[in-house]
Amino acid sequence: MMTTATATPASSAARRTRQRRALGTAGNWLLLLPALALLVIVLGIPLVQSVIRSLGSPTSFTFDYYTSIFTQPAILRIMLRTLIAALIVTAVTLVLGYPYAYLMTRVGSTGRGIMLTVVLIPFWTSALARNFAWIILLGNHAPVQQLFAFFGLKDVVLYGTASGVTLAMSQVMLPFMVLPLYASLGSIDRRLLLAARGLGSSPTRAFWKIFFPLSRTGVISGMILVFTLSLGFYVTPALVGSPQQSLIAQYLSVETTQLLDFASAGALGTFILIVTLLLVAWANRLGGSVAAIGAVANTNSNQGGR
Amino acid sequence: MSFVQPAATAVELEVDRRTMRRRPARSVDRVPWWLWVIGWIAGLYLVLPTLVVIPMSFSTSSTFAFPPVGFTWKLYKNFFTTHGWLDALGNSLLVGVLTAVVATVLGTAAAVALNSLRGRFAGLVRTLLMIPLVAPSIVIATAVYITFLTWHLTGSLQGFVLAHSAISLPFVLVSVTAALSGFDPLLLRASASLGASPGRTFLRVTAPLISRGIATGAIFAFVTSFDEVVIAVFLHSPTFQTLPVQMYNSVTSEIDPTISAASSLITVAVALVFLTPLIFRRKKKGDRAAAASTATEALALTTPA
Repeated sequence: MMTTATATPASSAARRTRQRRALGTAGNWLLLLPALALLVIVLGIPLVQSVIRSLGSPTSFTFDYYTSIFTQPAILRIMLRTLIAALIVTAVTLVLGYPYAYLMTRVGSTGRGIMLTVVLIPFWTSALARNFAWIILLGNHAPVQQLFAFFGLKDVVLYGTASGVTLAMSQVMLPFMVLPLYASLGSIDRRLLLAARGLGSSPTRAFWKIFFPLSRTGVISGMILVFTLSLGFYVTPALVGSPQQSLIAQYLSVETTQLLDFASAGALGTFILIVTLLLVAWANRLGGSVAAIGAVANTNSNQGGR
Repeated sequence: MSFVQPAATAVELEVDRRTMRRRPARSVDRVPWWLWVIGWIAGLYLVLPTLVVIPMSFSTSSTFAFPPVGFTWKLYKNFFTTHGWLDALGNSLLVGVLTAVVATVLGTAAAVALNSLRGRFAGLVRTLLMIPLVAPSIVIATAVYITFLTWHLTGSLQGFVLAHSAISLPFVLVSVTAALSGFDPLLLRASASLGASPGRTFLRVTAPLISRGIATGAIFAFVTSFDEVVIAVFLHSPTFQTLPVQMYNSVTSEIDPTISAASSLITVAVALVFLTPLIFRRKKKGDRAAAASTATEALALTTPA
């Protein structure tokens, strides 16, 4: 704190400080305005309008567009397919991402730098380039099909199916699992394992009894993050999938641009958004998942350090 | 005294962290071989699929069929001579640069303001500004599309820059906030006591110290915009579209193999952008200030109060 060791009377100095602080606070709120205005114009108004549209015309208020989401078998089937795909993507990224993040905490600083770059390059490479690559890979006689054929599974059709989308989406989502996990695993005190070993526990037991429970928040927030992102993901299903096996995001797009059913689209969009925000808020309460994506930006700027 | 202490603690922590990581890592438990196998699979899974576009970009085939046939530079020539592709690239660069400017200015202002504001409401604003990061882009895209139709902003430069600025803002906010965490607020008072106005203080004191965070934010804003597909697909018009839209259409409506050349160029460019600072930074290891804020600290920072 500032001490007034000058000749100025203490009371007037304090008053001036207070005035300046009040002015500073007002100035700070003023600095926030442009960002908030942009957000209101680009997100606030469109989303509010879409909610209004979903509640019927100005004269007749209705919840029909929302109830129809849960009563139409076609939409229910799409939602179930999306749910299964998102669950599989979450499981695959966890099974691959946890060991990867764990290894990142065990290798030297050069190894860690390389592993981080491996995660970040696909993360920042054009989403379209990556999904286009999957179109090539999942086609007929393409590498993935040949790989399956090698294991005795002939004529596996992946392009245009939900399984192909799941395979491609797992790759696209893997960085979102690895980065929060890495942040969480990296902060665990490994001396605890040393203590466990000193007390006679085996390495495997020490891992499951000590290390894994400590990483649980990271695991849960990573899982919720990937699951949430997969639920609303559009690019991969639109490019690698097909209308016959569409996921919920594709259906929202069809409703908007082809069926021109803006009210139903508004209801579906609002529903997806609410589910997403609830999941994110939950993850955030557990261990900061909004921040986890933000950390991606930051991890990169600091990857030289540590 | 208080100026010196934080630095000393940081160094101690750093040393502590390092010894803690080095020694027991070797002695407590070895990494089992199967873990390395999974790690390698994950690493290859991350890297290999994207690389497939490079051999494809030299293929003479007019479809996307694998494996590539023959060798030709035709697709690259196509990319750099066809109007559709060149215009799309130009539009993407223009939208990207303008987005970076808008998002960086607004985001930095917001980050600086939020850094000195406390209380529930400031926390709420911070959370609100992060929403574009987590909201599914398809929901944003469909809502923005319908509203921008009525405002005649679809297919326009302004529409693209507005939408992309909003979704890039969180990245600027996060990286500037992280940079501000290493910033001593006493400097503001010191500057004010020497008679500098708040604006001058920002330009001469704050901005130089957080310039790294601002630059990072600007780059991320540019990349976010340059890369953005979903909103762009909805907002585009035949007269104004960005590179991702052109690529999207070349897969979905017309089968144009030029996309392999475009994808390869982008992949190589991104890899270069990432590898250059990695090599460059290794040379000046003593840059503690830049390395001070870790991912974990950023986690703590952006979590709404």
